Amino acid sequence: MNNTAVKELLYKMADDLLIIGHRNSEWTGLGPILEEDISFSSMAQDKIGQSQALFQLLHELGEQEPDTVAFARGSGQFHNCQFVELPNGEYDFSLVRHFLFDHADQLRFEMLANSSYEPLAKVARKVKGEIKYHVFHANTWVVKLGPANEESHTRMQNALNEAWNYALGIFENGPFEEELKQAGIFEGEQVLFDKWLANITPHLLKAGLMIPSQDSWQAVNGGRFGKHTSHLEPLVEEMSEVFKIDPSAEW
Amino acid sequence: MIKSLDPRVTRAEIELDNAIEPLKEMDQWETFEVFHQKRRGDQHMHVGIVHAPNAEMAILFAKEQYGRRGLSVNIWVVKTRDVFTTDYDDSDIFETVPEKQYREAGGYKVMDKINKYKKSVKA
Repeated sequence: MNNTAVKELLYKMADDLLIIGHRNSEWTGLGPILEEDISFSSMAQDKIGQSQALFQLLHELGEQEPDTVAFARGSGQFHNCQFVELPNGEYDFSLVRHFLFDHADQLRFEMLANSSYEPLAKVARKVKGEIKYHVFHANTWVVKLGPANEESHTRMQNALNEAWNYALGIFENGPFEEELKQAGIFEGEQVLFDKWLANITPHLLKAGLMIPSQDSWQAVNGGRFGKHTSHLEPLVEEMSEVFKIDPSAEW
Repeated sequence: MIKSLDPRVTRAEIELDNAIEPLKEMDQWETFEVFHQKRRGDQHMHVGIVHAPNAEMAILFAKEQYGRRGLSVNIWVVKTRDVFTTDYDDSDIFETVPEKQYREAGGYKVMDKINKYKKSVKA
């Protein structure tokens, strides 16, 4: 097995989950209603838990402790797509991102459930139920708000337009697509993208939301290679603030 | 006027020197009663309420409010206004005259066995 390729895959997945988990947790206490606040926060915790499981796999492959990897790196060492680091904006944007990202996340784990790299396949099977709820939550909100009234429709459509090219950046090719495919570890970003587009389309149709026209598509790439927006650094700073006070502390 | 820096206050647009206005119609979503089942075959137990605009979203919220810890296999939600109840003014319908021990399980001869069992469990 090509360890370098597997690590690259694990890093980008773990970083996506850690960063979106942190972002979504910024809604805690500010959600639109109590019940939604609790649901959204709880899902954010799930994401961070999933990232921890992947950091644990990295640790088993010789990387440092999960906490160290999560909190002691500089923002330039993160492999998350830029989409997940964008600020929350208003709730419409956060919901649309949750919808677009979680559909991709669900499909990625579904594909990985049959991976030849068994430890990852095991994690993928374990998180299946959690992600199923996340996608159910996202679908329900999007389909509810898309057609509800003029304001909600306009907000959701604008958020989708704003999010779209960033969402395409989820599927940026990594440096080891071919190796991972050959080894039966992961079928690749292109396969994932095709599945994703097929999966989200019916929900968006139901919501009366239009995918931006294809000639305007321009994936915002770079995240997988450590190129980030100015929003990531303050997030990483804040996220690791407590850890850095005393990295050796036992929790 | 004091301008709060707490995002929860600014978001709620709380005007500190203004009187509180009455709630507008539909300011709150209606409530759904939540029934939670721990294991298949167990009875669903009433665990509380959620606010939601429809049943599907009530399920969505109930799952995280009441099903995120411990065992869960199933959840029911029922609109609170669809629950038909007795009136508290009629609570006296549950009162009963005491001279009817023959109607209570305690009057049956199995009490000896029950007490014997209780004792054996305690021991």
